Amino acid sequence: MASEAQATQPETLALREQFDTAEQQKDASTLAMWIFLITEVMFFGGMFAAYTIYRSTYPTVFAIASTSLNVVVGAINTCVLLLSSFTMVMAVRAGQLGHRNLIVFFLILTLIFGCIFLGVKAYEWNEKFEEHHIPGQAEFHLEGTPLQGPAKLFFSLYFAMTGLHALHMVVGVGILTVLIVQARKGKFSADYFTPIDISGLYWHFVDIVWIFLFPLLYLIDRHLPK
Amino acid sequence: MQHEHIDSVKTYALVLIVLLSLTVLTTWVSFIDLGNFSVVAALVIAVTKMLLVSLFFMHLRYSTLLTRLVILGGLMWLAILLLLTLTDFFTRGWMGVPGR
Repeated sequence: MASEAQATQPETLALREQFDTAEQQKDASTLAMWIFLITEVMFFGGMFAAYTIYRSTYPTVFAIASTSLNVVVGAINTCVLLLSSFTMVMAVRAGQLGHRNLIVFFLILTLIFGCIFLGVKAYEWNEKFEEHHIPGQAEFHLEGTPLQGPAKLFFSLYFAMTGLHALHMVVGVGILTVLIVQARKGKFSADYFTPIDISGLYWHFVDIVWIFLFPLLYLIDRHLPK
Repeated sequence: MQHEHIDSVKTYALVLIVLLSLTVLTTWVSFIDLGNFSVVAALVIAVTKMLLVSLFFMHLRYSTLLTRLVILGGLMWLAILLLLTLTDFFTRGWMGVPGR
């Protein structure tokens, strides 16, 4: 009888009523998160397809526009994001080991790195604004090419892709904040840290998107004399 | 959880160092004239970094067969999205089409 089983084994966070074992529950959560991430892959995939088509149509303008981006700031920001992925996986590891204080410590570090990334991104966008490199600005002008239309295309893709990436980062920062509050209350242990685990998957996915965005947006034919 | 695989801090630190080195490498290589291979080099490094993040940080090495199958299926759909779009786009000029 189900009610009898319920009485002998009370429902816990690690083992909800509908699952046979805690392992099964964890596998189900991981699988569901990956299915969500696949939808995200398709979402960003459409933009990468648009990028590929326009870059192959206007290779020179894209190279000139790409070179106008600040490569040092972009590379440093990539490193910041990779560092945040490292601290995130360390938080998951602390969860596996059941070190509650370390979970909070590494989640806060991840949050800080995520905020630094967003801050640097805001600085870069402001720079674009001052350089009149924002499509839609009346004074839009990219130096070094007569083709201002395709230049606007590059910056439209730049802002759409980095903007949606940053939006995912903002969501990630929100998730991290909730996790930190829950971890401080002692919700997680070695038996149950699934929210940290699957939030980690999300955070690493956002990192992977940037791993592709950085070379594709910042590093087009840097060797060409402009 | 007794079936949990726990990687050492050393492993994660090593992966991080490789990831940071690859970031420097991809930046450096973009300043070298490789012709059309510039984009190939950039993508090979990016895919390598993606594999490192997914295999180690996302624990794909320890994932269930079902999860791997779902990811593989997802990547297949991404390939359809990219390849079919691009085959259409890049072959449009191959033949003269009346009225265009």
